[in-house]
Amino acid sequence: MARIEKIKIENLTKKFGELVVLDGVSINVCEGENLVVFGRSGTGKSVLLKCVIGLLKPDEGRIFIDGKDVTKLKTKELNKIRKKTGFLFQGAALYDSMTVRENLEFPLRRNFNFTEGEIKEKTLRALDLVGLGEAIDKMPSELSGGMRKRIGLARSIITEPEIMFYDEPTTGLDPLTAKEISSLIRDLQNQFQMTSIVVTHDLICANIIADRAIFLVDGKIKFRGTIEELKASDDIFLRNFFSQEIITA
Amino acid sequence: MELPKLIFKKNLDFPERLFNFFATVTGLTIFSFRFLRQVFVPPYDIAEIKKHMVELGVKTFPIVSVTGFIIGLVLALQSQPVFARFGASDYLPGTVALSVVRELGPVITALIFAGRVSSGIGAELGSMRVTEQIDAMEVSAVNPFKYLVVTRIIATTMILPLLTVYVIFLAILGGYIGVIISQGMSFEYYKNSVINAIQLKDLLPGVIKTFVFGYLVGLVGAYKGFTAEGGTEGVGKASTTAVVLSSLLILLFDTVLVKITLWIWPG
Ligand SMILES: Nc1ncnc2c1ncn2[C@@H]1O[C@H](COP(=O)(O)OP(=O)(O)OP(=O)(O)O)[C@@H](O)[C@H]1O
Ligand SMILES: [Mg+2]
Repeated sequence: MARIEKIKIENLTKKFGELVVLDGVSINVCEGENLVVFGRSGTGKSVLLKCVIGLLKPDEGRIFIDGKDVTKLKTKELNKIRKKTGFLFQGAALYDSMTVRENLEFPLRRNFNFTEGEIKEKTLRALDLVGLGEAIDKMPSELSGGMRKRIGLARSIITEPEIMFYDEPTTGLDPLTAKEISSLIRDLQNQFQMTSIVVTHDLICANIIADRAIFLVDGKIKFRGTIEELKASDDIFLRNFFSQEIITA
Repeated sequence: MELPKLIFKKNLDFPERLFNFFATVTGLTIFSFRFLRQVFVPPYDIAEIKKHMVELGVKTFPIVSVTGFIIGLVLALQSQPVFARFGASDYLPGTVALSVVRELGPVITALIFAGRVSSGIGAELGSMRVTEQIDAMEVSAVNPFKYLVVTRIIATTMILPLLTVYVIFLAILGGYIGVIISQGMSFEYYKNSVINAIQLKDLLPGVIKTFVFGYLVGLVGAYKGFTAEGGTEGVGKASTTAVVLSSLLILLFDTVLVKITLWIWPG
């Protein structure tokens, strides 16, 4: 079956001064597919996501979302694409002057014309999905790190985007919650045919959500394939990464 | 003990400082144009502007109240013996009022406002920048410049003139206390002298320039915060440099505006 190409990254290169962070990265993600990005700390995974959503300008290469090159779009056009994407930041990036409720309502109120009733219902449902209904009137500063992460997740999926970018969705969560959140990401994909790129170090999470995975080393894609293929590889580097001691260390 | 070394190092940094200075001036100018281009484009976020105005008012109200009253009081106490020496005691109320209306009220209120508000805005936006909250707004297709910067600059521009009028009023009251402490005068007489002394050409330029000062405070605070980088340290730097820069700009623009005023209304 020929599937629609949702995200296409061609030869992406990003430098900060002398430091080459991404060096000719090419990725395709099809509609309804979850792509997991592995890589050691500091290899440019977050930078990759930020380039794709247009927060950072790449030095070279092209990035297409739904056939449009985001590196060349004007703000107005870029915003059209951003309205149908969601982004979970590594540090959650909750608006700390707003309550949890206001955080969730913010994208709904600013970009869509929902009624008060619809806004309320969507907010409650999103909180319910991440299991934090009781936190609705708290300020972000009153939440634990893991709770913030989950509220950030709720905020990014509340608009039911077609495309999601998750930057380490399960980091800082206990194993049980991490599993629940991973299943949630899987469910969202099945339910809404969401297309996602997920950055993670968490193998349990990757096992649940990955259709395909890539492994970044020194700004280049060193391996690509399914999780099984990566795990079965003889390569010393991958074996090290996937051996349990390294993961729990 | 390391002082000589420190000074030496500072001198070494001079070209870099000069470069930074011009970079900041350029940055501020661009930021200012960006504000002017976006301020008339909807959505207007009236609720947000109101919220900031109330916050700023509440935050600065106590300190400007005390300052306003004391400026007038001290000015009257200080000037009274001098006026008495020249046998010009009758002119005391008018002189106090004129100094306060034309110069001291607007400038001192603006400087206090700068200290309190531009640092606050710098820290607030700076921490939003370094914790990626501004990026988060951008990816949810909200224009963070419009929502965070434009609303704050409008708020500072509108609230400072109000505060200044209030300060002027309190200073004139404080002046009366100063006068009765040192020589005694009926309130009726004081009031009439003040009203007779102040003309529209004294009041108007004084208040109009505070719109400019308010704009500067908002602009500099927002610029420093919005462009902050380098984690928590960057936030602190944004906040302190915002105070220094906005105070300097207030004094600079004051000089220019006074010159322009005197040119329009000589005498
Ligand atoms: N705004 C920036 N300016 C300069 N250098 C940056 C910037 N953002 C990222 N870098 C550099 O790019 C490299 C990759 O950073 P990135 O945040 O993408 O790492 P990461 O793979 O997400 O790591 P982690 O798993 O720890 O989150 C790092 O060396 C970092 O220092
Ligand atoms: Mg990262």
